[in-house]
Amino acid sequence: MAEAKPFAEVAARLRDGRRILVAGCGGCVAVCQAGGEHEAQTLAEGIRLWGGKQGRVLEAMATAVPRQCEPEWVDSLREAVAQADAVVSLGCGVGVGFPAEAFPQACVIPGLNTIFGGGTVSPGVFEERCAFCGDCVLADTAGICPVSRCAKRLANGLCGGSSDGRCEISSDLPCAWQMICERLAAFTPPKDWSRAENGGPRRIRREDLFV
Amino acid sequence: MVEVPCSGRVEPALLLKALNDGADGVMVAGCLEGDCHFLRGNVRARRRVERLQRFLPEMGVEPGRVEMFNLSAAMGTRFAEIVTQMTERLRELGPWRRGPVRDEEVGA
Repeated sequence: MAEAKPFAEVAARLRDGRRILVAGCGGCVAVCQAGGEHEAQTLAEGIRLWGGKQGRVLEAMATAVPRQCEPEWVDSLREAVAQADAVVSLGCGVGVGFPAEAFPQACVIPGLNTIFGGGTVSPGVFEERCAFCGDCVLADTAGICPVSRCAKRLANGLCGGSSDGRCEISSDLPCAWQMICERLAAFTPPKDWSRAENGGPRRIRREDLFV
Repeated sequence: MVEVPCSGRVEPALLLKALNDGADGVMVAGCLEGDCHFLRGNVRARRRVERLQRFLPEMGVEPGRVEMFNLSAAMGTRFAEIVTQMTERLRELGPWRRGPVRDEEVGA
């Protein structure tokens, strides 16, 4: 998931470029409506507007490829990139790198800040769900990620700071380990203690071994 | 006057394009809130316009150059009032760009 960089930050990088290509990406950044085709069009119009305000005529063109993290798609930008003085990539941190490598002569500028691996929890709200730790524990944690969702990234259970199922850093934040424990309890029935020592000393009889 | 099926069709790029193509301001006229045939198109249009109003100063453009209004198709007098107000506002703001509009920019 990503967010648009402040316009001034992008504009400062354009310097005196006159032909600007804004390249959107149809992947993850389109899902969070930060870097898709529509956002590329908006930014291109914004760049023209910003230029016009200074009395400069800027040609800002918008385009988008399905994924900027794949060389084949990036290659389809070749002609447009060759005609541009600067390329603003609305890919994520991965996506920006591919055109930058594919077109060594081009000035490729990131238009977004890539923030986390997450998803849409409700329209317009995106939340972190993966911290890219490289060692997935979801099989043991009932599908709820403690690495990305616990503020302390704890690996072995509640810290004791939560109250009413809410994290101590914010009452808006559910305690990931509380969620994990509740969900695991639903999967795993309570232990059967009837076979334990509660019936007094235990005895095993094996009649086939009797003499 | 650009007609769209619903004000919910209006996206920021369209409004910016209108400014780039020579308009000094853009007014989005949506149906009355609660009366949207597509349920919430006009509410979404308002949110988009408001977001764009926050974005415009970053480009050096006054936020008042885009505005959202709600009125029904039967409110001709009100429409005239709103257009007059918007025109007066834009007259006070003046042209948004420093130099004259150049031919190549408007595609003439």
